[in-house]
Amino acid sequence: MAVVYEKTTGLTDRPLHYCPGCTHGTIHKIVAEAVVELGLQEKTAAVAPVGCSVLAYNYFNMDAVQAAHGRAPAVATGIKRALPDNIVFTYQGDGDLAAIGTAEIVHAASRGENITVIFVNNAIYGMTGGQMAPTTMPGQVTQTSPYGRDTGAAGYPMRVCELLSTLDGVAFAERVAVDTVPNIRKAKKAILKAFQNQVDKKGFSIVEILSTCPTNWGLTPVESLGYLKEKLMPYYPLGVYKDAEKGVRV
Amino acid sequence: MDQRVLMKGNEAIAEAVIQAGCLHFFGYPITPQNEINAYMSKRLPRLGGTYLQAESEIAAVNMLYGAAAAGIRAVTSSSSPGISLKTEGISYMCGADLPGLIINVQRGGPGLGTIQPSQADYFQATKAPGHGDLKILVYAPNTVQEMVDVVFTAFDLSDKYRVPAMLLADGILGQMMEPVQFPDQKPDIPAKPWATNGTKGERAPNIINSLYLVATELEDKVRERFVRYGEIEANHSQAENYLTDDADVLLVAYGASSRVAKRAINAARNQGIKAGMLRPVTLWPFPKKQLEAAAKNAASILTVEMSMGQMVEDVRLALPDRKVQFYGRTGGVIPTPEEILEQIKALGGGVK
Ligand SMILES: Cc1ncc(C[n+]2csc(CCOP(=O)(O)OP(=O)(O)O)c2C)c(N)n1
Ligand code: SF4
Repeated sequence: MAVVYEKTTGLTDRPLHYCPGCTHGTIHKIVAEAVVELGLQEKTAAVAPVGCSVLAYNYFNMDAVQAAHGRAPAVATGIKRALPDNIVFTYQGDGDLAAIGTAEIVHAASRGENITVIFVNNAIYGMTGGQMAPTTMPGQVTQTSPYGRDTGAAGYPMRVCELLSTLDGVAFAERVAVDTVPNIRKAKKAILKAFQNQVDKKGFSIVEILSTCPTNWGLTPVESLGYLKEKLMPYYPLGVYKDAEKGVRV
Repeated sequence: MDQRVLMKGNEAIAEAVIQAGCLHFFGYPITPQNEINAYMSKRLPRLGGTYLQAESEIAAVNMLYGAAAAGIRAVTSSSSPGISLKTEGISYMCGADLPGLIINVQRGGPGLGTIQPSQADYFQATKAPGHGDLKILVYAPNTVQEMVDVVFTAFDLSDKYRVPAMLLADGILGQMMEPVQFPDQKPDIPAKPWATNGTKGERAPNIINSLYLVATELEDKVRERFVRYGEIEANHSQAENYLTDDADVLLVAYGASSRVAKRAINAARNQGIKAGMLRPVTLWPFPKKQLEAAAKNAASILTVEMSMGQMVEDVRLALPDRKVQFYGRTGGVIPTPEEILEQIKALGGGVK
């Protein structure tokens, strides 16, 4: 019988620790597939963040480095400058990338550091139990915004792709989602491009992925997909924000 | 043939780093170490290396972490306020067993303090260069030549034991001009089979990590590291004895203050007081054995520092039965030989 589907060799056999219905797992899968499909597995280092995906170094079947909270772009820079022909990607949550690691991501982008960034935006701090993130929606209830995010006191959600796309060092910035099969396909295409850019030495590429956190959103997995579509997507429109090749800058 | 060249301390450090086979520098400007950044930015791009002016000391030390993980020799440099920011990365390097060199050309603190020289970061360097149970190698040279020499030793031992190393200088040593000679041997950098430089399909993936969720696993890991620390303490402490054989008054000083102390000792000898000095070159490991031996026949012991008294605590720990005096200036003030001579004279007739 013909094999129609096989688990990617880009992931190890360790069972993922993510909560049921969490889309971190889907993102791991498409990132690993992309690395393998481009033939990069043997020369890639994954940089894991601090956040729910801290154990990503156990799941990606390739060299991996665990970074301090928010510092993954700096760590990736160190690896890339040491080994410019190797491939390096960071995998970061929104607390990691858009709060504590804001300086590191902005400057890696601004330098045009030739790395790939996988940015998982689930609008909350997952690992620490659901606190407000820079990306938390106005009015969204979290452990530290119990009355809903009050923009008067806590400010507004940060749109990372829009922000970074103004920087000349950015070769590619696209926002995708992993809520439906067609969207997962699009997400994988964006990830493939972000890695291919690195192979072609085009500079900094980021794929922002809208992701769910059923546990801390207090929703079922299915409801979470609905929340992502109805609440997150209008604030965080999907699409290509920068593609230096095509001269796109939205 | 004498191949000595006259060099400024900071530039000599930078050249030594390059000659030790380190072509990747991650820094952020701060006085009084800017000559290191300037020198590196001039030389490294021409050598096919990396000079990267990071967005902060935090970013710079994490770049060092990444470059070290990739298996190459790398360095970051700063001065006191910047070193406080680097403590995060130093702790992660210790936790992940990564080698690398951190240069601290100290200035006075706390806070923004002063750009004048100081030795007030002794505690930070030797006791808590980051959170957690950890140690780093700490070298405190006192001449431009010795700054060059310890750069090589620091890289070699850092690679050998997978423990980060710090070169602890100060504004005086960094700015001083002295003749130096560079060793003409090629650096002997060991293989790093643990590095995350790509599996090349030849090995299982390597993981660089400091996270251990099971308490007993982390305990085992830390204990294993402390066995290595023990080996370093047993074999790699360094100190210089200056006229200690017959010394009645033994001074203990390191770095810039040991240079001033030496002049005070010479003046004391001219006045018939037998003074001498034990000068730690490594601050961790602290040269306890050398100190015990030097202190054996001395009647009095005086520690001199450019701080309110930090190393003196280690001197007292090493000599628990002895009365150890302290003299220090702080805030960027350099003690004069005359001031120290007064202290020696006061102790000169001291009884054991
Ligand atoms: C310096 C530091 N500060 C705080 C923490 C605690 N901490 C761990 S994970 C995390 C938030 C991660 O949230 P996010 O990046 O959004 O990732 P997610 O867990 O949602 O995937 C925080 C604050 C830490 N480990 N280190
Ligand atoms: S806490 Fe949220 S982000 Fe973390 S694994 Fe669970 S569902 Fe996913």
